[in-house]
Amino acid sequence: MPHNLIIIGSGPAGWTAAIYAARAELKPVLFEGPEPGGQLMTTTEVENFPGFPKGILGSELMANMREQAKRFGTEIISDNVTAVDFSARPFKVTAGTNVHEANSVIISTGATARRLGLESEKALYGKGVSACATCDGFFFKGKQVIVVGGGDAAMEEACFLTRFADKVTIVHRRAEFKASKIMQERALANPKIQVIWNSAVEEILGVDIGHVTGVKLKDTVTGETRDMAIDGVFAAIGHEPTTALFKNILDLDEKGYIKTAPDSTCTSIQGVFAAGDVQDAKYRQAISAAGSGCMAAIEAERFLA
Amino acid sequence: MEHEFTDQNFQNEVLKSKVPVLVDFWAPWCGPCRSMAPIIEELANEIGEDKLKIGKCNVDENSAVAGQFNVMSIPTFLVFQNGKVVEQFVGSVQKVAVKDKLARFIS
Ligand SMILES: Cc1cc2nc3c(=O)[nH]c(=O)nc-3n(C[C@H](O)[C@H](O)[C@H](O)COP(=O)(O)OP(=O)(O)OC[C@H]3O[C@@H](n4cnc5c(N)ncnc54)[C@H](O)[C@@H]3O)c2cc1C
Repeated sequence: MPHNLIIIGSGPAGWTAAIYAARAELKPVLFEGPEPGGQLMTTTEVENFPGFPKGILGSELMANMREQAKRFGTEIISDNVTAVDFSARPFKVTAGTNVHEANSVIISTGATARRLGLESEKALYGKGVSACATCDGFFFKGKQVIVVGGGDAAMEEACFLTRFADKVTIVHRRAEFKASKIMQERALANPKIQVIWNSAVEEILGVDIGHVTGVKLKDTVTGETRDMAIDGVFAAIGHEPTTALFKNILDLDEKGYIKTAPDSTCTSIQGVFAAGDVQDAKYRQAISAAGSGCMAAIEAERFLA
Repeated sequence: MEHEFTDQNFQNEVLKSKVPVLVDFWAPWCGPCRSMAPIIEELANEIGEDKLKIGKCNVDENSAVAGQFNVMSIPTFLVFQNGKVVEQFVGSVQKVAVKDKLARFIS
């Protein structure tokens, strides 16, 4: 027997969809994926999620959502979806060697931090290259780090890292930041923060030794390169929707976001819905992700009725 | 049963252990560590201590061992055998993937 509904992803969108679908007795099955809890697991305090006047830890908020979804009977599978087949109903959702069938699917695979895309970055991941400033800042007490990027996230990460590091250098490809004025001002006013403009990281050094020793920077105007000694590398160069699984299956926009019908979570295939950051290039907030998760569950329920 | 490793007991409990040991380096402020915690606890209950010892080490309270083994990102998982690191992985990992990495120690 196919399931009524499979939900792919365990961020705010996925858990909210699960809570609504489970309460509607759809017995949803949810795949947690490679990052259980999603993006908020990598932050500290969430201060703008309504209902928590004193703020709440991202990881705690997500643990609460999971518990709430479980309470109403969501079946939780701690696995990654590796392939989908939406060509006929029931839809097929594959996780490794297990194929699951469902009459409807909600995609809430969110977004993933963009990497620099260097071999040396991969090799030194966890050895000075970090994808989570809040997790790893602690290990750079008294050290020097760079933050790559020029948006709000880069400013926030740089400011956060000054709690630990002696010096934080923001490396940015252009001559000005695109971060909001208030975030820029906060970063630039911090005596521990320095900026290197018009520069890109060409290579991370230290692969031979097994930990980061520096970076090779390229001047984006003159093309000149130079080495800079550094202990840690944090990249805050934006996020990309996690949609590789759905390429050539669902309609995506030019940036890779899943296209949904106006005022709806319907995708280009009937019975397949998308909620959260995976279909939202505009707001990208926990509350808006949760809101669209709710919409998707209600739309799935009506579709199945 | 899941163990608690510290700067004080690391030598005896981990480095001198007769069986391989999986150490989960974590801290309370780290979200991905929190989502890994129940997985590691389950594995500790499933896998016999005669084959593999499993435990966690709070890097905030035990900075000496974390420093000694160059832990710079959490969660970091190290498997020790005869006092040496023989396997390592970093970040959120599925339970099946952890099991895969431990397979050669528990077969
Ligand atoms: C550092 C940081 C701080 C932030 N702070 C705030 C804040 O203060 N307030 C706020 O409102 N927003 C904040 N955001 C944004 C917020 O986290 C996102 O908007 C929100 O998490 C999006 O939710 P989502 O459910 O769409 O997806 P995500 O949270 O991205 O979750 C995606 C889920 O999909 C799963 N997945 C991916 N691929 C697969 C697969 N193949 N199979 C199965 N599952 C899969 C992942 O495991 C994950 O569980 C922050 C983001 C970051 C990175």
